[in-house]
Amino acid sequence: MSSANLAVEVKGLVKSYTGKKTGKKVAVDGIDLSVKSGEIFALLGPNGAGKTTTVEILEGYRDRDSGQVSVLGQDPNNLGIHGSAWRNRIGIVLQSTKDAEDLSVKEVVHHFAKYYQNPKDPDLVIADVGLSEKMNARVNTLSGGQRRRLDVALGIIGRPEILFLDEPTTGFDPEARRAFWELILKLKAEGVTILLTTHYLDEAEALADRVAVINNGKIIEVSTPQTLGGRNNAKALVSWLENGKKTSIQTDNPTDEVKKLTARFTGEIPELSVTRPTLEEIYISLIGETHE
Amino acid sequence: MSNGVLKIGIHRGALEIKQFTRQRESVVFTMLFPVMLLFIFGSVFKDTLAPGVTFSQYFISGMIASGLVNTGFQQLAIMIPIERDFGTLKRLRGTPISPVSYFMGKAILVFTAMLVQVGALLLFGVLFFNLHLPSTSEKWFRFFWLVLLGSICSTVLGIAFSCVPKSGRGASAVVSPIVIVLQFFSGVFFVFSTLPKWMQEFAAFFPLKWLTQGMRSVFLPDSFAVKEVAASWEVSRILIALLIWLVVGTALALKTFRWSDR
Repeated sequence: MSSANLAVEVKGLVKSYTGKKTGKKVAVDGIDLSVKSGEIFALLGPNGAGKTTTVEILEGYRDRDSGQVSVLGQDPNNLGIHGSAWRNRIGIVLQSTKDAEDLSVKEVVHHFAKYYQNPKDPDLVIADVGLSEKMNARVNTLSGGQRRRLDVALGIIGRPEILFLDEPTTGFDPEARRAFWELILKLKAEGVTILLTTHYLDEAEALADRVAVINNGKIIEVSTPQTLGGRNNAKALVSWLENGKKTSIQTDNPTDEVKKLTARFTGEIPELSVTRPTLEEIYISLIGETHE
Repeated sequence: MSNGVLKIGIHRGALEIKQFTRQRESVVFTMLFPVMLLFIFGSVFKDTLAPGVTFSQYFISGMIASGLVNTGFQQLAIMIPIERDFGTLKRLRGTPISPVSYFMGKAILVFTAMLVQVGALLLFGVLFFNLHLPSTSEKWFRFFWLVLLGSICSTVLGIAFSCVPKSGRGASAVVSPIVIVLQFFSGVFFVFSTLPKWMQEFAAFFPLKWLTQGMRSVFLPDSFAVKEVAASWEVSRILIALLIWLVVGTALALKTFRWSDR
C-alpha cells in the first residue's frame, strides 16, 4: 500500500503524562496505525486505554514524546504556516462541550461555515444531521443527542477529507444511536475518511471497516470486526444437560456433535445450545489478556 | 488571507455581542452595577472637595476609568477561563480560525460593552450629579486617547491574566478582588491624595491609577490639579505609563494565551 492512499499514518507513537501525585504515566506506549483514505476506522478500547490521547495527538491538540505522525500528509505537531490550510481539510467532533449555549443551532452552524474556504450549505448540513426542526432553538435547550448531532454538523461543515469522532454516541438511546450510524455511513459514502473512538462494540461492528483494539496504550490487534480475535475461525460451543450436570464441548463441527447427541438422547436434549463467541466475548478476552 | 482574518474577526465580534446581550446577568452587571454604585456613593458622600468640585464628580471620573478595567480586564479574565472549561476554545482550535480573529472578536466585544457602560455613566453623571463634560477640544482629545489606550491595555491584560484562574468556576473569585483592591488603591472610592503613601506608590505600578488621574484631568476643572499628589495632572506620565502597559500586556497576552487547559 502506498502512503498516498493513507489518510493517517502513525509509527511508534509514545506519550506519557507526569502527574504531581501519580508520577509518570504512559498513556500511549508505542502505537502503529494506518488509516486508508475513505475507510471508517475504529479505535476500540476501555476508558483510559489511550484512545482520546491518540486521537488528540492526530488532531493536533497534544504533542507527543516520540514517534512519527502524518495526517493528510502533514505532521499535526509541526504545522507551521500550514496550520490553517490543514485544519480546513479536517473535521473534529470532540467529547462533550458546553459552548455556544446562548446561540441558536442556525446561528452557530452558519457562523462556523465562515471559518472554512469551501463550506457546505449550513442549512443542508443542519438537515443532514436531523436538526431542521430545531433550527431556531437555542443550543442550551437541545437534548444530549441533539447536541451531539450539532457537534457533528460543526465537524462536517467545512467539507472535511477526514473526520475525527471521539466517542460520538456516549449517552445516546438506541434509536438515536442508529440514526447517528446512518449519518456516519452517509458521510463515508461521500468519501470522507472517518476515525472514530468508541467503547461500544456494536458501534464498531456496525460502522467500522477495520478495528484496532487498544488497551494500556498499546494496540492489541487490528482487523475487520468480523475477524477480530480469530472470531471467524473460532470453535463453536455445544452444551447440554446430562445426568443433572452441565456438559459442553468445543468443536469445529457443531452439526456433527448435535447429530451424535440426537442419537444418544431419546427425544429432547435438555438445555441444548450451540454458540459462537460474540464480538464482546472476543473483546473481553483480548482486553483481559493484556491486564495480566 | 489577512483579509480573511479581519473578516472573521468582525464576524466573531458580532457573535460575541449577540451572546453577550443574551446573558442577562452580564448585561445587568455591565450596565446597572456601575450606575448603581454611582447613585449610592453620589447620594452618601455630598462633600465638596474644592470650589466647584463635588465628591460625586471626583467619584464618577474614577468610575469611568474603572469601566475600562471592568469591561476589558475583569470581563475577559473571567470569561476566557469559562470558555476554556466549556470547550469553546478547544473547538475553535480545531478549525482554521486564527487566534488573531478570536482576539479581535473579544476586542470588539470589550469596546462595545465599554461604550455602553461609559455612556451610561456619563449620561447619569450629567443628568443627576452635575458632571461637566469636557470643556475644550484638547480635553475631548485626551478623553478619547485615554479610552482607546485604556481599553486596549485592559483587553490585552485580561487575555494575559486569563491563564491564571485554574478553572472558569473560580475565575471570578480570583479576578474580582484584584479589581476591587485596585479601585480602592487607585482613588476610585476615596480621594487619591488622602490615601496612605504606600498605597499610592503601590497603585502607581498599575494602569488604573493613571486612568483615574487622566479622567479627573478631563472632567474636573484644571484648578483642581494642584490637589493631586504631584500637584499636576501629569498628562505625559499618564501617556507613558499606559504605553508601557500596552507593550507589556501585549507581550504577556501573546506569550501566555492558551487554547486549552493542559
